[in-house]
Amino acid sequence: MSDTVIQVENLWKEYRLGAISHHTLSRDLQSWWARVRGKDDPNSPLASRSPSGAAATSDDRFWALRDVSFEIKKGDIFGIIGRNGAGKSTLLKVLSQVTNPTRGCVRYRGNIASLLEVGTGFHPELSGRENIFLNGAILGMSKADIRTKLDEIVAFAEVEKFLDTPVKRYSSGMYVRLAFAVAAHLEPDILIVDEVLAVGDAQFQQKCLGKMEDVSAKEGRTVLFVSHNMGAVLSLCNKGIVLSAGEISHLGAIQEVVSSYNGFLLNSELSVENCSRRGGSGGISITRIWITDARGRKTNSATSTEELTLNLEARVDQLYQQNQPVVVGFGVDSLHGQRLFTCISTRGKEITTGGERLAVRCTLPSLPLVNDKYWISASVSFHNDTLDYVEHCEYLEIAHDDASFTRGWEPGHGYVDVPYRFEVADV
Amino acid sequence: MKSDVKNADAGSWDKVIRARSGWFDIHPGELWRYRDLIGLFVWRDFVSIYKQTILGPLWYLIQPLLTTLVFTVIFGTVAHLPTDGLPPFLFYLSGVIAWKYFADCLITTSNTFVGNAHIFGKVYFPRLTVPVSVIISNLIAFGVQFLLFLAFFVYYWSTGSALHPQPALLLLPFLVLQMAVLGLGFGLIVSSLTTRYRDLTHLVGFGVQLWMFATPVVYPASSLPERWRWLMSWNPMAPVIEAFRYAFLGTGSINLQSWLISCASTACVLVAGIVLFSRMEKTFMDTV
Repeated sequence: MSDTVIQVENLWKEYRLGAISHHTLSRDLQSWWARVRGKDDPNSPLASRSPSGAAATSDDRFWALRDVSFEIKKGDIFGIIGRNGAGKSTLLKVLSQVTNPTRGCVRYRGNIASLLEVGTGFHPELSGRENIFLNGAILGMSKADIRTKLDEIVAFAEVEKFLDTPVKRYSSGMYVRLAFAVAAHLEPDILIVDEVLAVGDAQFQQKCLGKMEDVSAKEGRTVLFVSHNMGAVLSLCNKGIVLSAGEISHLGAIQEVVSSYNGFLLNSELSVENCSRRGGSGGISITRIWITDARGRKTNSATSTEELTLNLEARVDQLYQQNQPVVVGFGVDSLHGQRLFTCISTRGKEITTGGERLAVRCTLPSLPLVNDKYWISASVSFHNDTLDYVEHCEYLEIAHDDASFTRGWEPGHGYVDVPYRFEVADV
Repeated sequence: MKSDVKNADAGSWDKVIRARSGWFDIHPGELWRYRDLIGLFVWRDFVSIYKQTILGPLWYLIQPLLTTLVFTVIFGTVAHLPTDGLPPFLFYLSGVIAWKYFADCLITTSNTFVGNAHIFGKVYFPRLTVPVSVIISNLIAFGVQFLLFLAFFVYYWSTGSALHPQPALLLLPFLVLQMAVLGLGFGLIVSSLTTRYRDLTHLVGFGVQLWMFATPVVYPASSLPERWRWLMSWNPMAPVIEAFRYAFLGTGSINLQSWLISCASTACVLVAGIVLFSRMEKTFMDTV
């Protein structure tokens, strides 16, 4: 019991979608005046008033977390995974005291620092050095702590030369490096990390992941980590939970948790709307992704030598309807979220829009992958600007033609089947 | 059995987050632990406001000087409002800097939640650090302006104006504290309400301006007709401004009773503000 550092007990969090108040005094007064005269509230949705007079009905309420309970032991790296809107961010917000739960309680031992974002409170006019102090203090460090770690932070962020330059003149990479460096040198007993690692270049991401591993392994700290990157979750975490619609659907060792999550995803209705992550600046939005075989029938499985087509349909806003050149990409990932390859339209025929719908096909004559399931992601971009990106919105199951190929195969061997030949050489 | 274990264990938790924690869930100790953060917020406000301006901190002086000049011309020269026989410039300057401190505290504090939503939504620290730092950074500005006032005071005194500093000068730190606390208290109340009623953000600036005219800033309380005097006892700022002037200039109609009432209401406003604020800080992220 004593090595439990976080205990979450029956946590519920409710958000009201409708109007808890109307956010303007005049409308509240209007509602109040209507109530005083015994008339219907002009601002409440029709027929939504309960006999007690409360304006909010169960329809307006939305439980972002439902009865979530778990314990985390000292030294654990705890992964929290789930689809968009499953309640991950809400859970982190409650754990980091940004907002209070509606019911239930959370108990901690030790101090806690949360990184829901890097560079919170950075002021563009202040210099790098001043921002290190400001950001550190916001995250809970004392000035003396920061002073002793200043050199380390600066070295980690690789910004020695620009320490006295206002951060508004920093490149975005430098900015992120500095922000993460401050956070990485906090010494909390419990560190809460949201997908901040999705920023910065790959090399720096590796450095951050390494730093987090160090924090837990060498210094015995506890880390809570939310990510969509199953690869990162698998390599970092030892335990975890899957959240789905606000409830814990699986809790346990991380391998089980990730496979349960994948199983859950593959069995659920996959579509662009409930993909695992979506982003982009808008303008063109992907409406459907599907896979067809050589005869044009929709499918989710194929053998490694069969011809396959990846299809995309998108809705184009007015702005992009006039023959604009766009770039379409399809990504194929392993179930662990590792990117295997990407098909980008820049290598083929130029794609231009024309009208409010865009349909694009990408044909693969063969797909030499090992027997497994794979995620398909897709994106549409315009001059380096990603307009829409949907991650893991469809899956594909590959059965290798050559049965001998799967013999002796393990996940660590990789997924791509390159043709090769073995023979015994003359000695 | 399970509950026994929990009870035995309850004492060793460092922090417990519960759904509702009552009206008086206030932790002054926590505020003290984050004192470095308060200091850094003050530093940030000070540095960032004047970066990339040519005159820099001189703006601390230019603003009240210009306001005082405008008041002197409009209310003194054009409207001929009485100033209790004091040099009009000094009379208005004393009112302006004292009022400005209170008003700045109130207006800046009232923006705490809305203006810092992006930070508050990402990381926890005691939210009161922000308004407290606002009070302190405004105090620095007030200090500079007060020196300006002292300079003019000495100038007018040496040129023979009838100024009568009173022993009440010893109360000065207390008066400044009262202005700060009043501004903080009202600001906390307004900031808590703005999380629900955004209209208030527009109303605050206007309301404070109206309030200034209901306070003896541009006129002495003695010039009010008798039947309006009662208004002054409902306005906690009125005795503060009057006392401030009385202490330095020796004029004004301040009585102990109205000042004590003002002190009591100041304390009430502060308590109400802190209670409302600490209640709001737990859930405001859901409504902003």
